[in-house]
Amino acid sequence: MEKLVTTSWSLILLALFLSACGESNWNNPYATEDAEKNILYNVFTERPKHLDPVQSYSSNEIQFTAQIYEPPLQYHYLKRPFALIPATAKEIPIVKYLDNEGNQLAEDAQVSDIALSIYEISIKPGILFQPHPAFVSNVQGDWLYHDLNEQEMAAIFKLSDFPQTGTRELLAEDYVYQIKRLAHPRLHSPIYGLMADYIVGLSDYAKVLKQANQNHSDGKTYLDLRDYQLDGVQVVDRYTYRIKIAGKYPQFVYWLAMPFFAPIPWEADRFYSQKGLIQKNITLDWYPVGTGPYMLTENNPNLRMVLEKNPNFHDEFYPAEGMPGDEENGLLIDSEKKLPFIDKIIFTREKESIPRWNKFLQGYYDATGIGSDSFDQAVQLVGQGEATVTEAMAEQGIRLETTVAVSTYYMGFNMLDPVVGGSNAQERESARKLRQAISIAVDYEEFISIFANGRGMPAQSPISPGIAGYREGKEGINPVVYEWMNDQPQRKSIQVAKALLAEAGYPNGIDQRTGAPLVLYFDVTARSSEDRSKLDWMRKQFQKLNIQLVVRSTDYNRFQDKIRKGNAQIFEWGWNADYPDAENFLFLLYGPQSKVRNSGENATNYDNAEYNQLFEQMKNMDDGPQRQLIIDRMVEVLRHDAPWLWGYHPKDYGLYHAWYQNIKPNRISNNNLKYLKIDATLRAQKRREWNEPVLWPIALLLVIVALSLFPAIAAFRRHESSPAVRNASS
Amino acid sequence: MLGYIIRRILYAIPILIGVNLITFALFFVVNTPDDMARMQLGIKYVTPEAIEKWKIERGYDKPLLFNQEAEKLGKLTDTIFFEKSVSMFVFDFGRADDGRDIALEIKSRMLPSLAIALPVFVLGLIVYITIALLMVFFRATYIDFWGVVFCVALMSISSLFYIIAGQFLVSKLWHWVPISGYGSGLDAAKFLLLPILIGVIGSIGSSTRWYRTIFLEEMNKEYVRTARAKGLSERIVLFKHVLRNAMIPILTGAVVVVPLLFLGSLLVESFFGIPGLGSYTIDAINSQDFAIVRAMVFLGSMLYIIGLILTDISYTLVDPRIRLT
Repeated sequence: MEKLVTTSWSLILLALFLSACGESNWNNPYATEDAEKNILYNVFTERPKHLDPVQSYSSNEIQFTAQIYEPPLQYHYLKRPFALIPATAKEIPIVKYLDNEGNQLAEDAQVSDIALSIYEISIKPGILFQPHPAFVSNVQGDWLYHDLNEQEMAAIFKLSDFPQTGTRELLAEDYVYQIKRLAHPRLHSPIYGLMADYIVGLSDYAKVLKQANQNHSDGKTYLDLRDYQLDGVQVVDRYTYRIKIAGKYPQFVYWLAMPFFAPIPWEADRFYSQKGLIQKNITLDWYPVGTGPYMLTENNPNLRMVLEKNPNFHDEFYPAEGMPGDEENGLLIDSEKKLPFIDKIIFTREKESIPRWNKFLQGYYDATGIGSDSFDQAVQLVGQGEATVTEAMAEQGIRLETTVAVSTYYMGFNMLDPVVGGSNAQERESARKLRQAISIAVDYEEFISIFANGRGMPAQSPISPGIAGYREGKEGINPVVYEWMNDQPQRKSIQVAKALLAEAGYPNGIDQRTGAPLVLYFDVTARSSEDRSKLDWMRKQFQKLNIQLVVRSTDYNRFQDKIRKGNAQIFEWGWNADYPDAENFLFLLYGPQSKVRNSGENATNYDNAEYNQLFEQMKNMDDGPQRQLIIDRMVEVLRHDAPWLWGYHPKDYGLYHAWYQNIKPNRISNNNLKYLKIDATLRAQKRREWNEPVLWPIALLLVIVALSLFPAIAAFRRHESSPAVRNASS
Repeated sequence: MLGYIIRRILYAIPILIGVNLITFALFFVVNTPDDMARMQLGIKYVTPEAIEKWKIERGYDKPLLFNQEAEKLGKLTDTIFFEKSVSMFVFDFGRADDGRDIALEIKSRMLPSLAIALPVFVLGLIVYITIALLMVFFRATYIDFWGVVFCVALMSISSLFYIIAGQFLVSKLWHWVPISGYGSGLDAAKFLLLPILIGVIGSIGSSTRWYRTIFLEEMNKEYVRTARAKGLSERIVLFKHVLRNAMIPILTGAVVVVPLLFLGSLLVESFFGIPGLGSYTIDAINSQDFAIVRAMVFLGSMLYIIGLILTDISYTLVDPRIRLT
């Protein structure tokens, strides 16, 4: 055994020595020959669960799928507010409205007159799918790999084991096929329920497919969706398809920019439905087939995911125009150059923040977010609170990019609760004032400063900045909580909150009906020590009004259960926008979306008739001054009712090395990797500079070993030559 | 001995059923099938119908342990517990909630776990026993005294500290090896060196003291006195006689953990980005994937039982007086 260990150890050391001889940086985690290659090194922390565009939704999945799959539309990389542009579509579809008789209506037709909205989408011809074995056929036209026998299957362990690959042109039917997959009985599309309300016939189509699936008695797993027609989605010609939407749904166009509406070739679905491949984890859920700029060539979600340039990617060019300042920031240097710029993207799984941060500093990751533990090391505030990198970072050429996320973190009041929601008119009025008082007392400016290192913006309403409908400046402040002073919002004094509290029937935090102190309950999922600090801080905020805040901490499952059943009183929640429209925030307070009543997304169960009516009006309107007026009124209603403490909109901070170019971060469009550029030569040079092995500790270690061995050997000799009697007695 | 082994394997069956039952109970006390469905389906736009569909597809729509609506034996067999447990005994671990085959995942992750655990185990054993023997050799001297103090000091430090300090010094400051990552073949060596080193150093304190105690106990036995009386040197006494006679307690502690080496280390794998079974288990717990959790607990229990049987067998190899009947 000892010999075996010695041999293994020697082999390890030899391998280390040999690998060290071949490169200047011993700590390089990548292959030496890749040092000057055009590769982007990225990180992922959580393994993706789904890469099938019909199922995947979370950010850790979409970072891969958005580079591989191409929906018909995409967002302009540089323009703000976000603007849709064609991806594979020839142009942005112009919606047609039809009445009940099928007559075409004018663009500004009354919503009540619109029975159907028709989206006709034409795609560009000549776009090819990535090379894939699903497309390979022999000279007779028979598919080579669609019906593998046991012997053929035995030689396959991963997709690259297939000796041949093929491709074919992207067709309109591929988009239709994917929309049909939203209703597939064996798939779980998160947007099926939502789309079933809009896409004509999708709900019935799901029933048809369910029946067809049950009747599938031939032992095969493939359900050919081409055999089943969906009323609301039709192929018009080779490159055009039509989607029928019930009524008017202007936000639908945003969904056309998400991977849910990307094309899936039936050949891929057929290929991956083979049982032998499924048993080997080779499925469409794990090996995507797209037309996008990149294709997944290594799929090891435990360690590394590799995207490589799709050799069949169609012509697409870097935008020629952007926003003011983009040119000065070097964002238009590559105007009209062919995309993508980077040949390969290696995503390494890094679960812990310490190694991730250190590898970024060593130049082995090209970009990183900033954890709270490394914030002070990376960022300093200068001038009027403007964030910039520290001197140490600047010396390394690292730069900081910030952007306000289209998200909101809020504290919600359960409107079904008798204390904070009220059960009759008088109680509701009292509860409203109580909520307003708390809104003033909880100082989110302080919260952002202490717990988010300043990375946030106090919210004035649910709508996040950068979204149509958001108001800036004086007209955008929440007058219940803020006053406009010295050209900036100023939180009202605690005296105003105390006065509101007294009006609510709780003077100085005492319930005047019972004489007992007011006790409120805060339901959280807090666990960590940082969470405890936040909770202590929150208790102090309520204490300003002499309100006792009792924290009810639980696990996430129980917390969700409480929210669903309406058993929570006050709670924290957040929302990331799906698309850049105010509707995607305002629906969170729409009455029929109530969590308790209808299992919707309205966690506070807020239900205001005027607000509901305005929401129904607003959601069907196109952007414009008229819609803005309605949004303003809705926000006014919300501020008055204060069902949320509006909380804050987080700011994303990202650090980027000098060799990483064309960065304009945002959280709405996810297919951005094709625009990015790397100066691999500069990176290789910097890595060499920053990672030269420090050798003196080895010498020191050898000296220490030698020095300690000498007296030990002497002691051993002395011990061996000493009389046996002394040994025995000791 | 064969009869003994068969008997031990048969005893293992009720133990494994019991372990499975406890895992099942503990898991479902914390997570309901609805929670599991929500975790898999995401938090946005999840409808009750989607949750129901997910549960039916995976057999989580049935009662947990007892089905009152079923008839006769079906009351016990038409349940989540029975359906999810029975396949384990034929090593059919099924699929994870994300659709991936668990047996394939375990197979692919076993090697990275072993790549760290085995060298740490073997090297550690050699280092700990050697240091312990030296401390016993120099017992009651300043070397022994400071050795014990040093061991106690090492024991008092959290294993997380060794990892962070190791990464800081060796990788960040001195740039000797990558901070984290994993490679295949010989390329793996540069990634494994530091975690193996930390794994060995991290247990020096406790293990060395444990072996020192064993050796000191042996030193007081009569055969040691006889050996000395024969005129054997202290070195021969210690390394030839004491070490051989101390093998039983050493084996008790060592052989039993051998099969468990496959399961990997939760902390080390996580910090060093090693795609082993330790991080697989942690991920499964975090994502409430019962299929993986129960498979890993079952595998762990089974390997532990195998370890115990191997320990018994090894006794017969090191001590001819022991017979397994």
